[in-house]
Amino acid sequence: MFTPHTEMETEEMLKKIGVKSLSELFTDIPEKYRFPKLNLPAGVTEMEAKAELQEYAHANESVNEMVCFLGAGAYHHYIPSAVDAIISRGEFATAYTPYQPEVSQGTLQAIFEFQSLIANLTGMEVSNASHYDGATATAEAGVMAYHHFRGTRTRMLLAESVHPHYRDTLCTYLCGYEDVETKTVSHEGRPFTTPDDMAALVDKNTALVVVQYPDFFGRIFDFTQLAQKVHEQGALLAVVANPTALGLLKTPGEMGADIVVGEGQPLGIPLSYGGPYLGFFATKKDLVRKIAGRLVGETIDGQGRRGYVLTLTAREQHIRREKATSNICTNQSLMALAATVYLSLVGKTGFRQVAGLCYHKAHYAASEIGKLKGFSVLHSEPFFHEFVVKCPRPVDEINSELLDQGILGGYDLGIDFPSLKNHMLVAVTEMITKEEIDGFVDALSEVQHD
Amino acid sequence: MTEPTIYELSSIGRVGVLFPEPDVPLAEFPRDLLREDLPLPELAEVDVARHFTNLSTKNYSIDKGFYPLGSCTMKYNPKINEEMARLPGFAMTHPLQPADTVQGNLALMYQMQEFLKEISGFAGMSLEPSAGAQGEFTGVSIIRAYHQSRGDIKRKKILIPDSAHGTNPATSSMNGFEVVGVPSDARGNVDLEQLRKVCDDTVAGLMLTNPNTLGLFDENVVEVIKIVHQAGGLVYGDGANLNALLGIVRPGDLGFDIMHINLHKTFSTPHGGGGPGSGPVGVTRALVDFLPTPVVAITEPATEELPPLYGFVRPAHSIGRVKAFWGQFGMIVRAFTYIRMHGPDGLRKVSEYAVLNANYLMHILKDTYTLPYDRTCMHEFVIQGSWADAPGVRALDIAKRLMDYDFHPPTNYFPLIVHEALMIEPTETESKQTLDSFVDAMLKIAQEAHTNPELLHDAPHNTPVGRLDEVKAAKDLVLCCWIPESEDKLL
Repeated sequence: MFTPHTEMETEEMLKKIGVKSLSELFTDIPEKYRFPKLNLPAGVTEMEAKAELQEYAHANESVNEMVCFLGAGAYHHYIPSAVDAIISRGEFATAYTPYQPEVSQGTLQAIFEFQSLIANLTGMEVSNASHYDGATATAEAGVMAYHHFRGTRTRMLLAESVHPHYRDTLCTYLCGYEDVETKTVSHEGRPFTTPDDMAALVDKNTALVVVQYPDFFGRIFDFTQLAQKVHEQGALLAVVANPTALGLLKTPGEMGADIVVGEGQPLGIPLSYGGPYLGFFATKKDLVRKIAGRLVGETIDGQGRRGYVLTLTAREQHIRREKATSNICTNQSLMALAATVYLSLVGKTGFRQVAGLCYHKAHYAASEIGKLKGFSVLHSEPFFHEFVVKCPRPVDEINSELLDQGILGGYDLGIDFPSLKNHMLVAVTEMITKEEIDGFVDALSEVQHD
Repeated sequence: MTEPTIYELSSIGRVGVLFPEPDVPLAEFPRDLLREDLPLPELAEVDVARHFTNLSTKNYSIDKGFYPLGSCTMKYNPKINEEMARLPGFAMTHPLQPADTVQGNLALMYQMQEFLKEISGFAGMSLEPSAGAQGEFTGVSIIRAYHQSRGDIKRKKILIPDSAHGTNPATSSMNGFEVVGVPSDARGNVDLEQLRKVCDDTVAGLMLTNPNTLGLFDENVVEVIKIVHQAGGLVYGDGANLNALLGIVRPGDLGFDIMHINLHKTFSTPHGGGGPGSGPVGVTRALVDFLPTPVVAITEPATEELPPLYGFVRPAHSIGRVKAFWGQFGMIVRAFTYIRMHGPDGLRKVSEYAVLNANYLMHILKDTYTLPYDRTCMHEFVIQGSWADAPGVRALDIAKRLMDYDFHPPTNYFPLIVHEALMIEPTETESKQTLDSFVDAMLKIAQEAHTNPELLHDAPHNTPVGRLDEVKAAKDLVLCCWIPESEDKLL
């Protein structure tokens, strides 16, 4: 299998070491606990393992067999074939963190290009090498803001219209700072927060204001005025952005955001039941020394040849130890590579097309659903590729009937928001045809009659 | 040769992948919310394929050769794992699908929790943490939550041995704890006397890596844990070095309260150039209610006709979420495949051969390189990369020179308690031939260090670039490609 030793080689090696058997190498382990019998199923061959894993996979229903209207933070987009072909290369997949730059220029230049693409997409000056996912990138924004003000500002304002998992994660990350107060801001008792709701609460004790763009409910707001208000109070503004939307929409950078984070999964990364995904983190140049995680910078070697290295490492845990503001030591390198390849392949033309297709198809779906008796599309604000539908019946019941017709319905908002029982969050991407939207609308209209 | 960046390769108007024209009526865009410019590169697919293929050839990787990077467990990553994670039934499932449409995923995750519990000896397991560092963060958050739940709020200190990974102190600080160092004794174990001195009712816990970063199994581990427990603290096990212990000893049996497991080290998921990893966390029965949310449970027991129904549940006193959705699922599938292929006997063999390989290398190299702690090692060992009679040659020089011999260097300058440290972890997947050729290179380099030190100072000579100017990188801080002025605007 994966240990290549022959019996004869093992004997030679043991002899060299001066022990008689493999078990003699473990005498430092308390005898009482040594060599436990593990109650695990016996090992199988590759052939058998494949069959077994396929059985697990077959027990699922995938978006290949269903028409997917489910989003809420993970989106079914088209992934060009070249993405997986490139990231599957062993040279990328089986390398470690690029600590030795002379033999890691492939990974380093790819990360440098990733940083460039994210900075350009978000309209920011710098990006790091990535975080675990959108939720942890958001949490790191909170941690960074806390340290930026050296603990003198202790309030974090979170719009309730930010993804609930991201808000939860940020709260977990900030638990260790006993003085931090995280305040979730709603709108008249509902989670449909507006920029004005946020602006009204910013004060001199506020470190960070977190909003989402488009927000969890799909709505788009211009945060330019909010950014001004936040800055008047000396606080920082973090925008959680959907990267696909940035193919079309004004950048958070242009609006005045100090930090832009988000989930990079829509950029060529499969849904894969929630991970591995890709957190991106971009900011302004004067905040770069406060950023957590890896940064790749350009430099030269002794002969003047261009090359790339991990830089500003003095911020990081392996140097600063307990004085580091984050313990992160990896990024999601291979996922960042996937996003880099994806954005390079679709490029300016293709990415604009994807964003446009999502926008038009979602608007067509919303307008058709809006015509159905018993259903209403909730918002009048502009939206991108996701919108809230108020339904005549509980969403889980509707979804289970949709499933019978091969449709994966939208997200049941009642799960996270008790006030939004019977509300469905519908996502539409370029993967869905007009015919499929029409089928979805027909299916909904039938559900209504039950 | 210098590879241009994707922006330098870009040519205005060139198109890679196209998408279909809209089949729905066009909606009106919100004019005042549109971006003016979209500064992405413009390339054909062939440009992209060649660019990244060229970049890939500038990487060293396990698929290319021996990668004895201490503490990183760079074992071979079986290809079957990759194929399994890409099965459409896994890769094409949405994280928020109704539970009854993803019973395969949930059953696999439940089974994986059970496997890892059995291997590590813990009563509860969360697959949620994204990597080792996040596993640590999760574990220390659990320590805090546990003491708080008992109203024991005076415990503000975390004890950390001086051989620990830098993540341990950073993790403790992130959780609001004060870090107190504990020295090692002459045999590389935790100094028991010093430990007793600092253990009192202000200690929340101890973070212990065992085998430690010297590659040594702490001979007094049971006593160490007892001392901390007697003071009312919990013991966190940094599972970075679990590759030495599969079927050899279960950390839970030794008395550890919490431990993270690196699926990307011990269970062969590829490191990907720095991630994604996966860092499940195991805990004792007393701590299961504090695990991050969610964990997978059987929500409806099996009947005579039907298999059990699996679903997510939130532990009663959960520390909360540490990421969105449910863990690095794709990595869990890979590690699951690995465990299924090995079974209990195969896993024990993994650790036995990892330890055999390390001891074999150590025994040969110790005649030429100083070995500060001369004991049977576990899966890795630390030697010194310097000699009194070769002044000016440092561990760094040896590391760089190894690249010329087509080997990835060992970890250097860690652990901090060894002068000019070279930390070597061969892993079990390397054959005697590979180890012997590595030994040859190490011995040649030792000779060169004495006869031709300049060769080492200037190394590497055969890599795509030579030693890079890190000071310049930090001073000039160029973090993005130069972009040619865009000629067209969107609006």
